[in-house]
Amino acid sequence: MPSAAACPKPASDPDAAPDPPPPPIPLSAAVRRFAALAAAGFRRHSTYRQATVAGVFTNVVFGAMLAAVMSAVVAGGGGRPGGYTGAQLVTYVWVGQGLLSVSHMWTWKELADRITSGDVAADLLRPVDPLTSYAAAELGRAAHAVLGRFIAPVGVGFAFYTMYVPHEAATYPLFAVSVVLAVAVSFAGRYLVNLTAFWLLDARGPLAAWGLFAASLSGVHFPLRFLPEWAQWLIWLGTPFPCVFQIPLDIAVERTATGVAAATVALQLCWGTALMALCAAVQRRALRRLVVQGG
Amino acid sequence: MADPRREDRRAGGHRPRPAAAYAHLVRAQARSQGQYRASFLLDAGLSALLSLVELAAVLAVFRVTPELGGFTLREVLLTAALCEFGFQLADLLVGNIERLAIYVRTGLMDAVLVRPLSPLGQLLATDLPFRKVGRAVQDAVVYVVVLVYADLDWTPARAVLAVIAPVAAAALFAAVFIAGASVAFWWIDSGEFANAFTYGGRTFAQYPVPLYPSWLRGTFAYGLGFAFAGYQPMLALCGRSDPLGTPAWLAWSMPVVAAIAWAAAIALWRTGIRHYRSTGS
Repeated sequence: MPSAAACPKPASDPDAAPDPPPPPIPLSAAVRRFAALAAAGFRRHSTYRQATVAGVFTNVVFGAMLAAVMSAVVAGGGGRPGGYTGAQLVTYVWVGQGLLSVSHMWTWKELADRITSGDVAADLLRPVDPLTSYAAAELGRAAHAVLGRFIAPVGVGFAFYTMYVPHEAATYPLFAVSVVLAVAVSFAGRYLVNLTAFWLLDARGPLAAWGLFAASLSGVHFPLRFLPEWAQWLIWLGTPFPCVFQIPLDIAVERTATGVAAATVALQLCWGTALMALCAAVQRRALRRLVVQGG
Repeated sequence: MADPRREDRRAGGHRPRPAAAYAHLVRAQARSQGQYRASFLLDAGLSALLSLVELAAVLAVFRVTPELGGFTLREVLLTAALCEFGFQLADLLVGNIERLAIYVRTGLMDAVLVRPLSPLGQLLATDLPFRKVGRAVQDAVVYVVVLVYADLDWTPARAVLAVIAPVAAAALFAAVFIAGASVAFWWIDSGEFANAFTYGGRTFAQYPVPLYPSWLRGTFAYGLGFAFAGYQPMLALCGRSDPLGTPAWLAWSMPVVAAIAWAAAIALWRTGIRHYRSTGS
């Protein structure tokens, strides 16, 4: 039985490479393997050049529309809606259009499809735990998105709009770390939702749930700071969604002091670690009851 | 299983009439989509909520500003509700055409073309998304609620307009869906390019046209006709003049705009079909 043979290895946290690796694999080999998988993820997405161009075009069109709406909000609201200046809101929109494809909140159902079709059995026969290999591929994809899809909308923003340029030197590294963590939280959330296919066989429902909450609670349509304060507290502390979008953007436009920004990065780290651990635990449970459908 | 075959015979001999064939395709879809019941119900329930999120965004924006480009909450809500209802109706009926790119890439399009039915009709019938029915119904309810909330001065003409406006908007969005998908005949990875016009058009049409810079107005509002999905009928329903100076009767040209859009979309689709070369897979 393939299911018995495919006992999962303990999952290692892909974001913290210096963690003690499982004894049989030397550290350098594990790191090299992870890097190779990430590079493969990068190359895979770099082959879809037309799709990248089409995606950038779409981001620019949406950016122009949202920037116009936000400018009207600033004009009508008399100054600082949600505590943002006009330039900060415009930057929020354009950096947000770039970030959207880096954190890639929607439409990932590769794993669920492989579970439904039974192809996941092949993933389990490989020497690397599927959580680790998918996480590596995801990092590669995100790296490609930074080069292929992040820079262009931000460039358009700088070329045609009055953008906010961060004053503090600390903002730049903090933003970089925050984007990596946004990718990790987004990936772990989507992976978890995909894993429900082990129980439901068809994960469309949970995927729709993730899509709905990611669209409404992450700050894509409007900054969450437009909401009443009680709703903000609920969303920021009760859900991982601001970690995926709004936290990096608030850091980029220096919406808060650097200390508060660092605290929000710590919040991202907590959500990322918790969701990754949950993914590993749920995957172990799923594999214990896995029945590979023949044929 | 025996049942559909019997219906075939009733429909007249070996070849079922197209209507019967489409009915079978749709029924088979209904059965298959109901298979994973828990997932289907969750999906149907949540996709109904999704368009409320669009309107909630308008409410959130009006929490921080009393007016938007000179328009009040009622006016913007009415614009957004009209556009959202029209968009979701179109998405329910023809939104599946987005899958054309997958059909072209995997070679499934070959199978569609050899069957004795219209390719467009087959593509629309083979994956009719029943989970989206709830969303369209709910958007109809929301539209009525917003009409009541907007507290309009009803006249017979406005009542007629209130009924034809979402239908015309749906026709317009449907044409854009078909035209956008047709691009996949030339450009397989065009999915996101089409999104700029389908979902982009929806986002554009939710807010009053004067908010946008002139190049966006030129292309999206009047070039592609999205001003007619929400903004122009809103002006006529609320009886307010357009800051851009368009005449009031323009709202009534919506059906003409939708018809032109359909003619263009079908022409593009036909050219695409003729241009199609199998990937050979």
